[in-house]
Amino acid sequence: MAFLTRAPIRPDELLAAVQSPERGANTLFLGTVRRGPDDGPVVRIEYTAYDAMLESEFAAIVTEAETRWPGTRVAAVHRLGDVPLGEASIAVATAAPHRTAALDAGRYVIEQAKQRLPVWKREILADGSAAWRDNAGGRVASGPPPR
Amino acid sequence: MSGVRVRCRLFARYAEVVGREEVVLELPPDAVVADAVAALRARVPGGELLPARPLVAVNLQQVLPGDRLHDGDELALLPPLAGG
Repeated sequence: MAFLTRAPIRPDELLAAVQSPERGANTLFLGTVRRGPDDGPVVRIEYTAYDAMLESEFAAIVTEAETRWPGTRVAAVHRLGDVPLGEASIAVATAAPHRTAALDAGRYVIEQAKQRLPVWKREILADGSAAWRDNAGGRVASGPPPR
Repeated sequence: MSGVRVRCRLFARYAEVVGREEVVLELPPDAVVADAVAALRARVPGGELLPARPLVAVNLQQVLPGDRLHDGDELALLPPLAGG
C-alpha cells in the first residue's frame, strides 16, 4: 500500500484495508488543514516531501506499531501537493481485536509520523503571502507569493 | 585512491535559498557527512545560508555528522520536519 498520495485521501479505503471480522476495534485519525490562529487565515497548505524516504520511514513506523501491538493492523497515508482548508493531509487507520491496542497504535503512528516523516509545508494565507511552517509551530521563513 | 562522489538533495526552504534541488559533490575518500555539509555551504552560491548542522539523511536513513560517506551515496539535507 502506498504511503503517499497527491489526490484527496479516502478514509473509507484506509479503513477497509485494516478491517476484518477478527478485529472489533477500529480507529481513524485525520489531520486536516486548519485555519490557523496566528498570522492570518490559511487557505491551503502546499506539502512537499522526500518521497522515497517518506515511503520507507512510514513503512517502518507502521511495522513498529504492528509489532508492538500484535494483532493490530495499520494503514496510513500522507497527502502531498496543495491541500485546501478542511481537507485531510494525513490519515491513520487501525484495527485490533480490542480498543486499547487500536487506540494506542494509532496514537503511536501519528506521533512518530510528526517526528520522523521528511515532509515540509508552506502555508498560503488569504492575502497571498506564504510561509514555511515547522512542527514546533514556528514560521520558518517567508517565501515568495504562490504562482 | 580516488574520492567519493555524492549526490546531494535539497528540499523545501533549503532548495529555495540555494535555488536548486540537487548538487553533485566530489569529496576526499575519507569524507564524512559534516564534510559534505561544509562543502555545500562553501561551494554552492547561497550555501552559506544553510545551517552548519542540519538534519541529514544518507540513502534514506538519518545520519550523524561523523558518519562516513561512500561513493554513490545520496545525501539529503532535511529542513525542520513538518509532516502531518
